Amino acid sequence: MFLNSIENFLRRQGQPLVKFFFRLGEFSLFVAQAVYNCFTMPIYWRNLWRQVVDMGFYSLPVVGLTTIFAGMVIALQSYSGFMRFGAEGAVASVVLISVTRELAPVLSALMVAGRIGAAMAAEIGTMRVTEQIDALVTLSTNPFKYLVVPRVWAGLIVMPLLVLLGDVIGIFGGYVVGVYKLGFNPANYINSTLQDLQAIDITTGVVKAAVFGFIISIMGCYNGYKSKGGAQGVGAATTNAVVSASILILIFNYIITELFFSK
Amino acid sequence: MADTKIKIKNLHKAFGRKIVLSGVNLEIAKGESLVVIGGSGTGKSVLIKCIQGLITPESGSILVDNREVVGIDEEEKEKLHSKMGMLFQGGALFDSLTVWENVAFDLIENRGMGKKEAKAEAVRVLRSVGLASDVADLSPSELSGGMQKRVGLARAIASKPEIIFFDEPTTGLDPIMSDVINNLIIKSVKELGATALSITHDMTSARKIADRIAMLYKGKIVWEGTVKEMDKTDNPYVCQFINGCSDGPIKVEV
Repeated sequence: MFLNSIENFLRRQGQPLVKFFFRLGEFSLFVAQAVYNCFTMPIYWRNLWRQVVDMGFYSLPVVGLTTIFAGMVIALQSYSGFMRFGAEGAVASVVLISVTRELAPVLSALMVAGRIGAAMAAEIGTMRVTEQIDALVTLSTNPFKYLVVPRVWAGLIVMPLLVLLGDVIGIFGGYVVGVYKLGFNPANYINSTLQDLQAIDITTGVVKAAVFGFIISIMGCYNGYKSKGGAQGVGAATTNAVVSASILILIFNYIITELFFSK
Repeated sequence: MADTKIKIKNLHKAFGRKIVLSGVNLEIAKGESLVVIGGSGTGKSVLIKCIQGLITPESGSILVDNREVVGIDEEEKEKLHSKMGMLFQGGALFDSLTVWENVAFDLIENRGMGKKEAKAEAVRVLRSVGLASDVADLSPSELSGGMQKRVGLARAIASKPEIIFFDEPTTGLDPIMSDVINNLIIKSVKELGATALSITHDMTSARKIADRIAMLYKGKIVWEGTVKEMDKTDNPYVCQFINGCSDGPIKVEV
């Protein structure tokens, strides 16, 4: 009797843990299968192109707006902060470093996660609950190759390009505020930006972008692929895709930074 | 009996604690049209998903053309699917593609047919299920339920499969459209000389398209025979089901 109630208690406590490990295992298998299929034939070029356009071209306004205001606000903040030490001259390099290393990759990735990760989960989730994924299988087509692989490749290709563009726009934002509001000499501002420009700043940003792109696509596809239970399930999948991708982006942002810059 | 196309032996499947199939035995002869009847939630859909390898059963064996289906790898599965077609309950048409691209999907993606040729073939198949060629360029969401079923049927038969599965082909259609779909099913199965396995709870449809009927209840086949035998049988499950009575051995869980 007593032992029984202990057993029941433990069983109830353990259930979430079992569920967690089940999900973790399921997710790992999903990622492994996705990566394996990325390197095997056939590749559905038409689907890849559609994803690249969706994720890249149509994200341009969002990424542009995000990075230009990020660059502008950094110029303003660092100016007012650094004035206390008489170090206003560092504004250009602060803008350069923070935009290329952090702001452009992280903010763009978060915006794209909201825009594209959600759309992926919703589309694949709807295909799951309306049996379109089963239909793919019965038509001798591997749904991983048809649906997941194009999205993963698109994430890996498009995010770095978006971030490179975001770098330029963000630095331009800093330049606009620096020159037109804070009264820097345009030539000096550009000069000090170019002088401080280092390959590692750009490279880390681009590496981050590729990792974030992978995270966005994988989380979008995984949550959509495993969704069940009609409209509500698809809704939950969409939310989960965005939330989990955003959190993973921030975690991996720290990990990659640590790998590159801690010595 | 003629050659056996599909042979299912002692098939078991459970989802968690819920047992869905508990020892299904079934044989389908080549060129035969078998209809599995049974109430909602008796595992009819799970049965055909097992045969197609969409769901892996816990135990038991499924032989298609004398080759085991349970536990085969992806490559063999794709080969298996190349001789199967399926009409899904909700149509399951790809909404990112047009109607003709849906119908020609297998021809283009797996059989390497050129676009022009594939479209011509798709239009031909669409016409054979009674759809005009101007439907071909529409999107599936622009079609009515009955038309979606027809497109689904066209997609299922486009690659000339040896086995066709019909999942509740008439559910959600009015009686006249149901009859049209039933006739199309009979016609296309006959033209292809295919083996057909349908699941339904629509008895009008079952009587019309079946060579033989099997009844699934509580995860087992409780009765099988021809339509004539079905009308004479005193099997209490079958009698209750075909007459649609709430009293009898089948208890509806409310």
